[in-house]
This record gives sequence, structure tokens and C-alpha cells, in this order.
Amino acid sequence: MSSFDGHDVLGPSEEPEPRALDDIAEVGALSVLRRGLAASPELRAGLSLSALMTLSVAGSRLVVPLVIQFVLDRGFIGGTVRLGLVVAATGGALALTTVSIFVSQVVYWRLVGVAEAVLLGLRLRTFAHLHRLSLAEHISTKTGVLTARVTSDVEALAKFAQWGAISWIVNSVQILGVVAVMAIYSWQLTLVTVMVHLPLLPVLRDMQRRQLRAYDMLRTRVGETMGALAETVHGIEVVRTYGQREAVRRRLHRVVEVQYRQQMRAARYFSLVLPSTDIFGVAAVAAVIGAGVHWGSGWGVTSGELVAFVFLVNMLVTPITSLGETLDQTQTALAGWWKILDVLDTEVEVAEPSPGGTRPLPRGALAVAARGVEFSYRGSDRVLHGVDVELDAGSSVAVVGETGSGKTTFAMLLARLADPTAGQVMLGGIDLRTVSADDRRRSVRMVPQDGFLFDTTVGGNIRFGRRGSTEADVRAAVDELGLGTWVAGLPAGLDTRVGERGSALSVGERQLVALLRAQLADPGLLILDEATSAVDPDTEQTLERALEHLAEGRTTVSVAHRLSTAERSNLVLVFDRGRIVENGSHVDLVEAGGTYAALYESWLGNTRLMEP
Amino acid sequence: MFATTVVGFTIVVGRVTDKVIIPGLDDPGSISGRGIWAAMAMIAVVGLIRGLSVMVRRFFNFMGAMLTQRTWRLSIVDRYLDAPLDFFRSRPAGELLAHVDADIEAASSMLMPLAFAVTVVVLIVLAMVSLLVVHPLFALIALLLFPALAVINQIYTRAVEAPAARAQAMVGEVSSVAHESLEGVLVVKTLGRESDEVERLTVASEQLRSERLKVGAIRARFEPILYSLPGLGVLVLLLIGVWLVGRNAVTVGEVVQAMTLFGILWLPVQILGFLFQEMPRSVVAMDRIDSVLRVEPERRPDPEPALVAVPDSVGVVLEGVSFAYPDGTTVLDDLSLRIEAGEVVALVGATGCGKSTIVGLMSGMMPPDRGRIVIGGADVSDLGPDGVAQLVAPVLQETFMFAGTLRANLALDAEVSEGELNRVLSLVAADRFVSELSDGPDTVMGERGVTLSGGQRQRLAIARALLRRPRLLLLDDATSAVDPVVEAAILENLQAHSGRTLMVVAHRLATIRLADRVLFMDGGRIAADGTHEELLTLPGYSALARAYEEATR
Repeated sequence: MSSFDGHDVLGPSEEPEPRALDDIAEVGALSVLRRGLAASPELRAGLSLSALMTLSVAGSRLVVPLVIQFVLDRGFIGGTVRLGLVVAATGGALALTTVSIFVSQVVYWRLVGVAEAVLLGLRLRTFAHLHRLSLAEHISTKTGVLTARVTSDVEALAKFAQWGAISWIVNSVQILGVVAVMAIYSWQLTLVTVMVHLPLLPVLRDMQRRQLRAYDMLRTRVGETMGALAETVHGIEVVRTYGQREAVRRRLHRVVEVQYRQQMRAARYFSLVLPSTDIFGVAAVAAVIGAGVHWGSGWGVTSGELVAFVFLVNMLVTPITSLGETLDQTQTALAGWWKILDVLDTEVEVAEPSPGGTRPLPRGALAVAARGVEFSYRGSDRVLHGVDVELDAGSSVAVVGETGSGKTTFAMLLARLADPTAGQVMLGGIDLRTVSADDRRRSVRMVPQDGFLFDTTVGGNIRFGRRGSTEADVRAAVDELGLGTWVAGLPAGLDTRVGERGSALSVGERQLVALLRAQLADPGLLILDEATSAVDPDTEQTLERALEHLAEGRTTVSVAHRLSTAERSNLVLVFDRGRIVENGSHVDLVEAGGTYAALYESWLGNTRLMEP
Repeated sequence: MFATTVVGFTIVVGRVTDKVIIPGLDDPGSISGRGIWAAMAMIAVVGLIRGLSVMVRRFFNFMGAMLTQRTWRLSIVDRYLDAPLDFFRSRPAGELLAHVDADIEAASSMLMPLAFAVTVVVLIVLAMVSLLVVHPLFALIALLLFPALAVINQIYTRAVEAPAARAQAMVGEVSSVAHESLEGVLVVKTLGRESDEVERLTVASEQLRSERLKVGAIRARFEPILYSLPGLGVLVLLLIGVWLVGRNAVTVGEVVQAMTLFGILWLPVQILGFLFQEMPRSVVAMDRIDSVLRVEPERRPDPEPALVAVPDSVGVVLEGVSFAYPDGTTVLDDLSLRIEAGEVVALVGATGCGKSTIVGLMSGMMPPDRGRIVIGGADVSDLGPDGVAQLVAPVLQETFMFAGTLRANLALDAEVSEGELNRVLSLVAADRFVSELSDGPDTVMGERGVTLSGGQRQRLAIARALLRRPRLLLLDDATSAVDPVVEAAILENLQAHSGRTLMVVAHRLATIRLADRVLFMDGGRIAADGTHEELLTLPGYSALARAYEEATR
């Protein structure tokens, strides 16, 4: 997880309120659809042609019932059978149906193509947006929940795209077609049919809303299960060695149970919706027969026509039922879609400047200035109160202070992981907010405390330091930082796999990788977050030397836990409760006898142990 | 029930056609109002029963599938908790999550249609009998048509199997990439790798799409055929039906009934089709689930030993212990050591010499390959992981905090009094910063404790260990991120007030000097054993000590 550890900064006392999700049922399926369509331009590509072909396919499905109609109605005249007419009609229908098979194959293929393009686009855009969100957003949400947005929620949509979407189109066209044919036979009986089906609308609508809400809740529950499980998997060592197995088991069983209960709540609607459409269909058949026999002769309906009409009413049941069936899937998909759209609608806090409004950073070491910088973590108390400081280009600066003093926040603002709530940060005389993302990434490099590595090789991880860097660049960086021996000692050199989260390397080795990444980027400002703590002595020495090489010719700001780092730096900034309370060279500060001098004294008392 | 009402409904409609509709309209007045009402009522009643039976069936089918999902979820979760820790090192977290979510969904997706299978068989039999009663020729058409559909379905299923399985595997891959990337979001941000990460997910998603398109292409070829064949069958039936009507062999109503029955026979074919189609995906998912359930649970003693009164601190003995990594690299070779109850021992040695392995073995995270470990007189293998957890508390360099309040993180499942909590917090020099948090110990911590610094979290981790009143406390570089000043204070506190057996893996001389005894490790064995001053006479040890001092400066 985020290893931006020194959250004196982000040390919010409480978790920020989760963003209020509008009640999905209030918003309704249509607006989800509208927003969804706007978010997926792929849907429009080739849509009209596909729609046209789909219409024709669905239309061709009416051929069979129509011919049956025709034959039942016209095939018999007063007890004699007009065989020639029947043969012609059925023959034509057979041919048409055969043609429709081929058209359907094309249509189907096109629909699959569009659906997959939409899903791909949606997944990638959502993922990209997640990465644009500020660190604060990430810290306030569990990783498992975010992962669900681009995995299980998209999969719910995928399932819908594979089955549901096609069913919607085909069935609605079929219903409209059947009703149209009905109207030709007898508008009175059509009216009866429609009237009987009319109450179905509010009933379905109401059930659909409840169902949607139930499914939205279910997605939330699934997210919770995944969150709890992710936590267990990551913390499994503590779970085991602290005898928490049974407590965690109870907790996991509980979330699974809660998820199951929500599933069963959704099951109520799943089991109600489909049969209720069927019951309405049956009622319609009964009503049509009743009305037809009673008033039929007055309306000019023949027996053949009534039989045909009953057949047509039956034809309605299948598509309506299918739609009802699809409704279930649609709900799940909509709930997932809604959550995805919600991510896409989350505002990006750290907005990149428009391409026209950017100013280039000078190359080489960068001067740093903070002017009246304040920062508060969302809704919490201020953690920086008006920090003013000028750092010369090429200087090495140590930032010291107790946990909670604001030193890490300061470092974070220099890397623009967040923007100050007041004041400005200037690099090389330019406001950091007007620097383009690419420029900033090349010129400002932060090395976090815990170097998170991706599950690939050591070399691959180093190469992440600069886009387009080669194997040779990596080797050069290794030489420049004097790490050849370390690399040679790895089981497979640069090709050594680092394992998930870099678990195959020690903490110190992960930091070496982080330093090599920075070296590849060749930044003008280097921000080191306690990068030299938590390491065994062998690696420590290697690290120190590598750091010295890395710092050459660059401005470095180190969030230091070691006063030895401060001893070597040009300038020491002492933070206390969100302000810089002392500012000067190590020697001057020690002589001044203030906060820093006290820290230094106690540190000396602790390390001079070899010569008692 | 459902099958009976479905077929019953067609019979009723057929009857009504012949007895009510045709006479009613061809010969107006021949049918009384009572007759019409009776016909309507009959249809309505049969239809209502059909609808209700569907509701009940769907509900219980759904419940069955969900119960199965729940059972699988619980077993997988249980297996995760019971599997040896090695299991977690060999599998990415994203995959472990996918087993509980996507795989279970996929595996259970065919349960509902499967439960429907019995109904389907009854439906087929009843429909065929009815067709036979109407006219044998109709039954013959059905007999030709529906097996043909089944065969086409079978071919279809075979073709779709492999790409469907690959697509399902790619879903897991996409999930892994997304999870890893979002987990390392800070590094992604500092490296400016956002677009590369999107690229990485693009590659995985493109592969998923290409597999899905393969599935789609096959489906596009077969679905329309499967859909249209029944329609073609009905047309043939109609043609023959009309001919039979002409020969007065059947009535028009019977032809209508036969066509409706065809419509009904189509349903089982669709359901079976869906079943066959979902089968490969489900089978693959089942395999993946099985691969988890096949993992041997960690060996635990049976019955779990009841802990009798154990003194406040216990000694620990390692006898001829050897340990190698799964890849065969030997870490410990025939190592023996003894720590007396109440002693404070520092474990010192170069990186990779096996210090952390000893901590892992002593805390029961893994069993030794050879030799035995005795804690407080009991063999670790007899104690079992939970038994060891009651005696030993290891604190590792990398801390883990659960989402929840700070208090819950420290107390875990135990009841802890306010006084006890404060005492322990002051022992680890965490009282001040905790009291400064907005809600003190009741402050909610983010996922994995991200809202605190590494040093603060390490201090809390030690506090958590102390609250469990361990008889043996193991600190494996557990204060590495703590300011040296604070670190020394904590260790002095532990020595003075905890009264526990304490073993510290340390790199700072301040820490090492506090120990009663130093165990110096080299080459997977204990190379020397004595006080810090005694060991300084050894060249190997003094070199290491000097290096430590250098590094700390």
C-alpha cells in the first residue's frame, strides 16, 4: 500500500466521510444509461449500422408467427384447405428465416465487437482516472474497493453485454412488432391486451427500483467482503502469530454471511419479476378469449382471427418474460456501472495545468522556495502554518523534526503529491502548479521510505525510473551509484525476480532500487523521505555511498531521522508543529543551543558506545 | 409442478379454441355467458398456478446457488486461514481475492439452470406424450429436430471451451495487475508511471478482449442457428398440420396446441444450451477453487493443548535445527541455542545469516526441516501455531495495522483496561503522540495504518505484542524506523519493566549493549555467545560492531 509513511501530514484523525453516493434508485436506470453513454464514446461507433441490422434480424423473427397467423386465418375456407397458398407462404418463410440466420451472424459479431470495445475503454478510462486522483483519495479508500471498480464491476457489465444487451434489443423489437400485427387484426382486442398489460408497468417499475437498490447494496457488500479478505491476506503474519486466526475467521464469516443475506434479499425480486409478467400474459389470454367470444362478431372478428390473436398474445409472453429475466442482469450491471461512473465523476484534486499554460522548468539543480505555504488534510486541522523558506540550487537540505511536525507534508508538497491550501511552492522561480506533469516528473523525484516494487525483475523495476530507458541506461546508473557489486551479488543479477511487492528483496535493497530509479530520471530536485532508515549495516553503507553519488549536482531535500544526515547537509530546517522553528547549518544550530542542539545531544549520548 | 402446468396450459388453450372460440364466433349465440366465464376462469387458474410455481422454484433455486456460494466462500476463507504461510508467498494477493469473487461467481453460474434440469426432463417427457396423443407425425418432427439441436449445441460447447477458459484466466490476470498497481499508488505517483500503469492494464485487458472476441465469434456463428431452427421446425409442423387438417386427421385447435408445445420444447433446449455453454467457464473456475481447497492445512496438534499455568517468562531451546528455503538454499544448518527464562538476548549477524529465520521458527510461522524447538519445556510441534501464539509474540520490521481504531489494533480480540493500555503505550514511548491524535486511542486508522509514520507504527506494533503478555518477546529489527533516541528509551523500558524473555535482532549498538548476552551468528550457526564486551575480542564480531557504529552515524 501507500508507503508514504510520515503522515504527520496525512495524519488525519478520522477517516474522511465517504462521498455520499446518490441513492441509485432515485437516479434511475435512464440517467445511469445517459451518463454511461456519455462516458463510452465507443458505443456510438458503428452503432447506427448495427442498430439497423439488429432491427432487421428482430423483424425477421416475426416472420414465423406472421405466417402461422396467415395460414390459420386464410388457409382454411369453410372447411377446405388451400394447400397451394399454405405451401407458398411457409416456403417463403423458410427462405426468409434461413437468410436471417446469416444476417444474425453478422449482427451478433458486430455487437460483440462493440461491447468488448466499450468494456475495454471503460475499464482503462476508470483505471486511468483512479491514478489521476490525489494520494488523499487513495488513502481514504481501501485498495480492494478500488480494484473492484475496474474488475468485478466491469465484469458485471461484461456479462450484461454478452447476454442482456442483445436480449433487450431483440425482445423490444419483437414486442412492438407483435403489437403492430395485433392492431391490424383487431384494434379492440389489441386494446384489451394492452389494457391488461398496463398495470404491469408500475408493478415492474416499482420492483425494478427495489431490485436496483438491493443490487447496489449487494455490490457494496461484495466490496466489503473483498476489503476484509484483502486485509487478512496482507496481514496474515500478524493474524497467525498473534493467535488471531479464530477472531479473523469470525469476522470473515460474518462478512460472507452479510453478503449472503443481501443476496437473498435480492433473490426476492429475482423470483418475483419473471413470473409476474407471465401471470399478466395469462390474464391477457383469458381476457382476449372472453372479449373475443362475447363481442367478437360485433367487432367483425372471425374464429380464425381470434385463434390467431390468442396465438399472438402468447407470442408476447416470451419476449416480455425474457425482458423480465434480463432485468435481473440489467440491475446488477447498472449497479456496477453506477459505481464506475461515480469514480469517473470524482473530481481530480491535483489538476494538471492546461498545455498552453505551462512554463518549463530550467534544467540542472533547482532552487526551491516556499511562500506562505499552508496545508490541511481534508476537513482536518491545519498541519502547516505559513512556511516560508528559500533553498539554493544544488544545496543539500535536511528536514528534521518530530513525528507530526509537518516535515513530511512539506516534502510531499514539493513533489506535488498535493497542492498547498494557501501559498505557493516555486521551483527554479516557477510556480509548481504551472509546471507540466512530464516536466515535473523528469525534474522532481521523490524517493519514498518503503520502496514498493512491482512483481517483475530488479532491472525492470529500475527501468520504471524513466520511460524509454534501456538495459544499458540501467547498467550505467548502477555504475554511477557504485552498485555493481550489489547487483552482481543478486541471484540472477538484474534479472532477479523481486516477488510481489518486492518481498524477495530486503527493505534496504528495495531502497537501492528506488535510488537507481531516481538516478535514471536525472532530476534537478531530489526528495528523500527517511530513505536511510530501517536498513542493516552492510546495505546501509552501500546506500550511503549510492546516495552521495546520486545527490551530486542536485538539490536534495531529505526528511531525516538520522542526525548524521543533517550533519553532512548545507542547511537544516527544524520543523515543529507545522512551522520552521530553526533554520541554519548544523554547526550554527548546535551552537545556538535550541531544539536541534537538544536532539543532537541525545543522539550523541546514544551512539558513542564503543568507547565507554 | 411447473412442467405439468406448462403443458396443462397448452391443453386448456387448445380445448378452449375448439370448444369455445370456434363455435362461439362461427355460430354466434351458441356459447352462453357462463361458458365464456368458465373458459376464462380455467385459463386464469392454470396460469396462476404456473406463475406461482415458477416463483417458488426460482426462489429456492436462487437460494440453493447462493447457499453453495456461501459454503464455497467460507471454505476458501477457512483454507486461507489454515494454509501454511508459504502458500501466501507463492500466490499474488489479487489471485487470492479472485478465487473468492469471480471464480465463485463463475463456478456457481450453472447451478441454477442445473437445478432446473429435473423440471426440464419432466417437461420434455410431458410435451412429447402430448404431441404423440395429438398426432404421431408431430412427435416425429420433434424427435428429429430437438436431438439435432442438442448435437449442434454440443459442437458449439466444445468449440467455445478453450477460449472461454483462457478468458476466465485473463480476468484473474487483469485483477492482479489492477490490484498491484493501485496498491503501489504512491510509487506510481512519484515515478510518474500513471500512463505506464494504464498501458500495463491495457495489455492485459486487450488480451482478455481478444479471448472474449474469440468466444464471441463462435457464439455469433452458432447462436442464430440455434435460435432459428425451432422456428423452421414450427413451419414444417404447420405445413404438415394443414395437410392433416385437410384430411380431417386433426383439428385446427390441435395444430395450435402442437405448435405451442414446440415453443415449450424449445425452452429446455435453451436451458441445456446455456448449461453447456457455462460449463467450461464453471469447470475452469471450479478447478481454480479446488486448487485452493487442495492445499494441505498447516499441521496442528489434535487436540489443541490446553495451556496450564505458565510462568511470566519462558526459556527457549533450539536443538540441531536446520532450515532451507523451498528452492533448496540452506539457511540454518544444525543450529543449537539456549535462552533462559527472563534473559535479554541480542541476535547479531550479517544480512542473510538467518536471524529472521530463527524468529520465524520460534514464533511458529514455519516448522524446521530438522531438529526441535522447545519453548517453556514444550515442543513447538506439540504446541501448534495457536499454542505458540499464546507464548510468543514476534514483532517484525514491517508492521501491519488493520483498518479500525488504534485501540482495536492494539487489543485485537482481548479485553484491555484503560490503565493497561496507557502503561504499555508509555513503555513504547507512544503515549504522547497517541494522546495528540484527535480521538486518542479511539482514532480510526486507515487501511494498513497508513495514517501513521513508520516509526509510530513500529512502536504500536510493540505495544500490541506487549498487551498480549507474551512469555517470550521477539523483536526482529522492530525499531528500525524509530528515532535512535526513542529506540533506546523503549528498550530500556522493556528491559526494566516487562520481565519477559526478550530476544532482539538489532543493528544498533545501543540496543546490542543493553542485552545480557549476545549471540553472534555466522554461516547458519551460532559462532559466538557472550556479552558484548567479551565478543569484541573476536575479529569478526568487532568488525561488524564497527560497521554498525559507522552506519548509525
